[in-house]
Amino acid sequence: MTAPQVELKNMTKRFGANLALNNVSLLIRSGTVHALLGENGAGKSTLVKCLVGFYHPDDGHIQVDGREHRLNSPKDADALGIGMVYQHFTLVPSMTVAQNLVVSGARLPAYINWQSELKRLAEVTKKLPFHVPLDVRVSQLSAGEKQKAEIVKQLYLGRKLLILDEPTSVLTPAEADEVLGYVRSLTRAGELSAVLISHKFHEVRRYADDVTVLRRGASVRTGAVANLSDDALAEAMIGEPVSKAVQHAPKLPPKSNIVLSMKQVSVNGDNGLPAVKDLSLEVREGEIVGIAGVSGNGQLELVETLMGQRDRSGAIAVSGVAFNGTRREIARLGVYGLPQEPLKNACIDRMSLAENLALRNFDRAPLCRGIAMNYGALTEQAAKLVKQFRVKAPGLTASMSALSGGNVQRAVLARELTQNVRLLIASNPTFGLDFVACEETYRRIVEARNGGAAVLLISEDLDELLGLVDRILVMSAGRIVHEVSADGADKRVIGKYMAGMKAA
Amino acid sequence: MDVTSIGWLTLPLAILGGAIRVSTPFIFVSIGELITEKSGRINLGLEGTLMLGAMAGYGVSYLSGSPWLGVLAAGLAGTTFGLLHGLLCSVKRVNDTAIGISLIVLGTGLAFFFGKPLIEPKAPALPSISLGFWSSMPQVRAALDVNALFFVGILLAFAVYVFLNRTGWGLMLRTVGDSEDAARALGFSVLRVRILATMAGGFLAGIGGSFLSLSYPGSWSEGLSSGQGIMAVALVIFARWRSINALGASLLFGGAGALGPALQGVGVTGYYYLFNAAPYILTLAIMVASTSRAAPFADAPGELKLHR
Repeated sequence: MTAPQVELKNMTKRFGANLALNNVSLLIRSGTVHALLGENGAGKSTLVKCLVGFYHPDDGHIQVDGREHRLNSPKDADALGIGMVYQHFTLVPSMTVAQNLVVSGARLPAYINWQSELKRLAEVTKKLPFHVPLDVRVSQLSAGEKQKAEIVKQLYLGRKLLILDEPTSVLTPAEADEVLGYVRSLTRAGELSAVLISHKFHEVRRYADDVTVLRRGASVRTGAVANLSDDALAEAMIGEPVSKAVQHAPKLPPKSNIVLSMKQVSVNGDNGLPAVKDLSLEVREGEIVGIAGVSGNGQLELVETLMGQRDRSGAIAVSGVAFNGTRREIARLGVYGLPQEPLKNACIDRMSLAENLALRNFDRAPLCRGIAMNYGALTEQAAKLVKQFRVKAPGLTASMSALSGGNVQRAVLARELTQNVRLLIASNPTFGLDFVACEETYRRIVEARNGGAAVLLISEDLDELLGLVDRILVMSAGRIVHEVSADGADKRVIGKYMAGMKAA
Repeated sequence: MDVTSIGWLTLPLAILGGAIRVSTPFIFVSIGELITEKSGRINLGLEGTLMLGAMAGYGVSYLSGSPWLGVLAAGLAGTTFGLLHGLLCSVKRVNDTAIGISLIVLGTGLAFFFGKPLIEPKAPALPSISLGFWSSMPQVRAALDVNALFFVGILLAFAVYVFLNRTGWGLMLRTVGDSEDAARALGFSVLRVRILATMAGGFLAGIGGSFLSLSYPGSWSEGLSSGQGIMAVALVIFARWRSINALGASLLFGGAGALGPALQGVGVTGYYYLFNAAPYILTLAIMVASTSRAAPFADAPGELKLHR
C-alpha cells in the first residue's frame, strides 16, 4: 500500500448548540503534508478526531482513495491505516516502549515470548533515522523521545496517513527538524500522507505542501502553501487584516535593585526525583527575564516552588527578604503570578467572576469587615476591574467557567496586575489563548515591567520569549545551562542548549 | 524423641505454621485486589466479599458434601459482588471508594443473615497436605500440615505475574489501568476491562473467604474475618502492585498474625492482645515507611491517581 489520498467532504459536527464544524471539506493529496492552521477552538482537533473515528460527524463523508468509508471507532481508522500522534501522548507510562508497541498491535498476542519479540521489534525499528530505546519505561523518556516513540509506534503499525497534533510544542527546534523532516521525506517518497496541525506559520511553510485554515469551525482558506503569504494566512486565521504586532516599549536599562534572588534551589518532582537542581538566578527591577526550555525540564516545579506550592531546599528572597510563599509575604512583598491555563491554576471555576477577582484581597479592608465579607465593595471592585480590562462575561455573578479562555485571562490579568506588583511570575501565560488575548497579555506584562516590576517569564515558545524579554536563561534537566541577553540571542544556539547539548 | 528436647524449635515452628495458615486468605484477597487495581479501580469492598465467600463456601460445602464445590461457590459469590461493584462504579459520578465501603456493610450483612443457620452444622473441610511426614514430632507435623489452597495461592501469584507481563490481555489490563486516554486511543473498552478485572478480584477474594471457613477444623461464625479484606488494600500498595511481592507480603503479615497465638503456645501469655495486634501495627508502620513522598512508584497504575 502506498500513500493514500484522503478526502473529507462537507463535515458538520455539533456539540449541543455549539457548531464545532460547519461544512468543512479537506483534500489530503497522496504523498503530501497537509497543514491545518487555526486558533485554539477553531475546530482542528474536532475535524481530525472525526478522521480517526473518535467523533462521528453529524453530516459529511470520508473517502479514502476514492472509496467511501464510515469510521465508527478508532479500530475502523486503524484498518484504513489512519493513525494519530496526540498532543497528550497516548503511550502507557508505566510500560516499556516494547510493551507499548506490542499492546498497540491490531491483534493482541496470547502469550508473548519477549526474547523473540524484542529481536523482531529491533529489526523493525532499525530502519528509522532516530533511535528509541525499547526496554525503557515510557515514564523515563523525555518529551522529545516520547514523541519519537509515538511516531515509531505509528510506523510500526503500518499507518499510511499520519496525523500530527501540534507536534513541535514539546520539541527543541533541532528535534522538530529531525522528526518533521523525516515525516516529510517519507511523504516525498510516496510512502505516507500526513496532516500537520499547527498554529505556527514558519512550521507550516517549512514542512507542509498544502494548507487549510479553519476559523470558528469553517474552512476559510485552502491551497498550496507556496501560493499563500503569511499575511494572507494570518488574516484568514483571525478574520481581519492584522495590524503589525504591538510595538513593545523600548527596553530600558534595568535598575540595579535585585528583586528576586534564588540561591541553590533544589526541588523534587511528583515522582520524587529531583526536578530542579541547584538553581540560582536573579531578576532585577524593571527587567523581564525569560526562561526557555522544552517542557518537562523542571519549569513547572520551579514555578510551583516560587508560588509556595512545593517544598524546596535552598534560599529564595524577594527584595532581600526570605520568601516562602505565604499569603502574608505575597501581599507584603508584592509577588503575583500569571500561571498557564488560568482557569485551572489561577481561578476557582465554580465561583463567580466577582469572587474570583477578589481572591487576592478578599481578606483585607474594604472587602471584609472583621470576619464578614462586604459584598457591596466586592461587586464594586469587580465592576471596576471588568470595565478597566474589558472582560466580557455574562455578568459579575456568572461562574468563572462560563467565560471564554481569553476573558478568563483578562480577569486574571486584572486581578494580579492591579495589585502592587513588585515581582511577576508568568508561566506560559499565552498557552491556548487567541491572537488578541495574547497581544493583550504581552502588552500588560511589558507595562508591568515599565512600571518597575521584576518579571520572570517562563515559556516554551522561543519566539514569544525573544520578542519580550531582556535576558534569556535556558533551562535543561533542572539546571540553568545558558544565559544570554535578548539582543545577542541566537535561536539555534539556544535550541542546542535546550536540547541539553553544548553549543558548538 | 523426647518432646521437650525441641522446645527451642516450638516457637519458630508455630510461627511458620501460623504464617502459612494466616497468610492464605491474604494471598487470595491481595492478588485479587491487585488485579482490580491494575485496571485503575480500587475495590475497598473485599472485606464484605470475603465474609460472603466464607458463608457461601461453608453453606455449599455443607449442602453438597464437597468442600471444593464450596470454594467454587465462594468464588462465584465474590464474582457477583465484583460485578456489582464494577457496574455501580461505571455509572457517572459514582465514587469507587464509597461503593466499596457500602459493599463491606452489604456483604457482611448478607453473610450474617444467610449464615445464621450455618453456625451449628459441621461442613466437610478442605484437605490438607502433610509436609511433616518425615518427622515423628507432632509439633512439626502440625506446623507443616498445609492446606491445599495455600499451594493454589502460590501458583496463582506466579500465574498472575506471567499474565501481567507476558500476555496480550495482561498488557491490555495494564494499559487501561495506567492511562485511560491510551486505552481509548487503542480501541480498548475501558469499562469492560475494569468490570472484568473487578469480577476477577471478587472471585479470588471469595475464595480467600472460603479458606476462612473451610480450612481445618472448619466452622462458620460471625467473627471469622479480622479485617483481612481491608488490609489487603494496604498489602497491595506495600507490594508495589507486583504479584510475587504480594505473595511475600502476605507471608510476612501471616507470620505477624501468628505471633500472638505462637507465643501463647509456648507459655508467654502476657501482652496476648498486644501481640495479636502485630499485623495491624505492621500495616501502619509499613504504610508510613513505604509511601514516602520521595519514593517513586513506578508500577502504580496511573489511573488510581495516587500522586495527588
